[in-house]
Amino acid sequence: MDLSAISPALLLASLMIGATPLLLAALGELVVERAGVLNLGVEGMMILGAICGFAMAVETGSPPLGFLAGAVGGALLSLVFAVLTQIFLANQVATGLALTLFGLGLSSLLGQGYVGIKPPSTARLDLGPLSDIPLLGRAFFSHDWMVYLSLFLTLATWFFLSRTRAGLKLRAIGENHEAAHALGLHVVAIRFAAIAFGGAMAGLGGAYLSLVRVPQWTEGMTAGAGWIALAIVVFASWRPGRVLLGAYLFGGVTVLQLNLQAAGSALPVEYLSMSPYVVTILVLVLISARRSRGTAAPASLGKPFHAVS
Amino acid sequence: MTQPLLQIDGLTKAYPGVVANDDVSMAIRPGEVHALLGENGAGKSTLVKMIFGLVRPNAGRMEMNGAPYAPTSPEAARAAGVGMVFQHFSLFEALNVAENVALGMSDPPPIKDLAPRIRDVSQSYGLPLNPGNIVGDLSAGERQRVEIVRCLLGAPKLLIMDEPTSVLTPQEVDLLFATLRKLRDEGTSILYISHKLEEIRALCDTATILRGGTVVASCTPAEETAGRLAEVMVGRRLEAPQRPGTARDEIAVQIDGLSLPPAHEFGASLKDVSLTLNAGEVLGIGGVAGNGQDELLAALAGETLSAPGTIRMEGRDLSRLGPEARRRAGLLTAPEERLGHAAAPDLSLTENALLSAATRERLVSRGFIDWSRTRRFAEGVIDRFDVRTPGAGTAAGALSGGNLQKFVIGREIAQTPRVLVVNQPTWGVDAAAAATIRQALLDLAADGSGVIVISQDLDELMEVSDRFAALTEGRLSRFRPAAGLTVEQIGLMLGGAHDMEPAHAD
Repeated sequence: MDLSAISPALLLASLMIGATPLLLAALGELVVERAGVLNLGVEGMMILGAICGFAMAVETGSPPLGFLAGAVGGALLSLVFAVLTQIFLANQVATGLALTLFGLGLSSLLGQGYVGIKPPSTARLDLGPLSDIPLLGRAFFSHDWMVYLSLFLTLATWFFLSRTRAGLKLRAIGENHEAAHALGLHVVAIRFAAIAFGGAMAGLGGAYLSLVRVPQWTEGMTAGAGWIALAIVVFASWRPGRVLLGAYLFGGVTVLQLNLQAAGSALPVEYLSMSPYVVTILVLVLISARRSRGTAAPASLGKPFHAVS
Repeated sequence: MTQPLLQIDGLTKAYPGVVANDDVSMAIRPGEVHALLGENGAGKSTLVKMIFGLVRPNAGRMEMNGAPYAPTSPEAARAAGVGMVFQHFSLFEALNVAENVALGMSDPPPIKDLAPRIRDVSQSYGLPLNPGNIVGDLSAGERQRVEIVRCLLGAPKLLIMDEPTSVLTPQEVDLLFATLRKLRDEGTSILYISHKLEEIRALCDTATILRGGTVVASCTPAEETAGRLAEVMVGRRLEAPQRPGTARDEIAVQIDGLSLPPAHEFGASLKDVSLTLNAGEVLGIGGVAGNGQDELLAALAGETLSAPGTIRMEGRDLSRLGPEARRRAGLLTAPEERLGHAAAPDLSLTENALLSAATRERLVSRGFIDWSRTRRFAEGVIDRFDVRTPGAGTAAGALSGGNLQKFVIGREIAQTPRVLVVNQPTWGVDAAAAATIRQALLDLAADGSGVIVISQDLDELMEVSDRFAALTEGRLSRFRPAAGLTVEQIGLMLGGAHDMEPAHAD
């Protein structure tokens, strides 16, 4: 095995690329779950975002428009979930699973004409002299703008949830929707907004996969990324900082094991392929093992809310 | 007479199949404590929900200081100067005190400015609170303070209190009343909802009594007797339970040095609990919930196994036996939580009867359920305890709290236990149903069974028990004869649960 073939700078750089779709999708789901809704349709919304973004970018030649289309596609699909679960009080688990299957099917239908095409490339963010720093510049400061946007969104999500009144209302609804309703908060409206945000973020993550990470369109290309995002949210104890950690950890181990495979590791490929899942879950479980109130799930998570008046 | 603060005229609210409020009129004057009295289901909550903007009336009008008042949301009600302290469902356990307060205000200042204001208000009204504490860690009394402080920061003209004392110790009640009197003297009107008559007589200036959704009387509570108020409220005479006093010199159950870890996050560990229950005797165990009550019941029921030799019944060691074996031996229990613990909400009453009575009533033979026998048993319970339900096939969750409580207690009593342990037998149950349940417990003791009643309701314990002890922070005080105990003495027995001590109530 030839470890010298693995360049640390390139490894770190591809880690950030690999983690970004997960980070986006997981942040969205975190906000949804903090509002007390369990949307298991992340995978479906991601892949719909992937094809919507891909198609729009190819047709217009503009990656930013593509990302926008990805976010809109994911949000529209999530609104189907919102209507079914928040207005018709359908079971959230079953509806979420159906959403995933529906998204996978719809995306293959939409994507029939797009297989094998190369998308326009997404612009790198010009960070000037920063990207000229040896090693660090290559690893951290020479990415496309979506990577930095996802990091900014992590910070923004944390700030929104812990420092703003709207974020407090959202958390309150996720904790105890009966009490929130009694205080006059608009439970269903706020949940709609949270679900749409979650859908948009999942769509954005999907678009990042098809436009930057891969970059091309193939059926079922998310390959379980949505489920990983869901798991990251839970094991990250519903905290944005830990979601970042989890996504980067997963992205990192994925990239590392791919590099090890390429370098001809003695470990069987199957073990390497499963390592990202095992490592990420193990680390996040260890972090949240200290059972305190701070790591508990939102108390109203997944429960239907029906206002009696 | 001065102009009323809030004038209510002919308010009516109907839900499909039931009229919750029918032409209700009343007036609340500035600076008075006005009691709203009535049994469960009399329409008290619907009425206050309309005043607080949570429910819109079908007909009728309200006036605030002479101007029309028709709040469409709690925010509108708060803006008009109405604050409400809820009985349930209004705090967020995972959030801290300041965040909880901020959520209840229409236009809150930033959290860092709010914290000192919370301290100021809570100090000046004698309600000590730390704004940074997580609400889930607070005792019931402290949680109520959070709600009161939240209202007071909005400087309300009318404060609505929904059954505020149901979870408080006597000392906490005194503290609360002092606060309410201070508010009244400053000119705030208080609408005080309760079915505890003595409290209303001690605190309130006027009372409006509701029954079946209509106003049946208005009076000055201090001029009426509690018995008279109860009659008006219930609509018939209530018999005080008969206490035959039948304790015999024969040990039914003995607990020796029982220690157990907490059953859940908000529970308390049991520390060296010992007691002796005689046949034909009723033991009362008082104390605020969350001080080991759930753990004690679970240990007796067999849900939690304890060290060998700690629980004996008629000389036999039951400590390592599960619930089924204990039922067979004649030790039956009825836990506090009606839905989910004592009964499965989605199963019918017949099926629920089977769950606990299968062994003792021989409802199962050779592995097959004898449904006709089970149905007869369930119908027997329904008849004997006056459970109001369309039939034994009705789902348990569809019954009102009081009726389901009569059923789950009756189900155990009908199995003629040697020993019965009940936790909060009349929690949330109206006066008439509570009297039925208490009388049934006393009758059971009169027939020679031993009964342990665990309750937060001290009046209830005084009414039924022969001997009384307090359970605080997992320790059981010495038993004293219940006859002749005063409220002050009981308060001292509850010792640990005074003002500043967190009582770990859930």
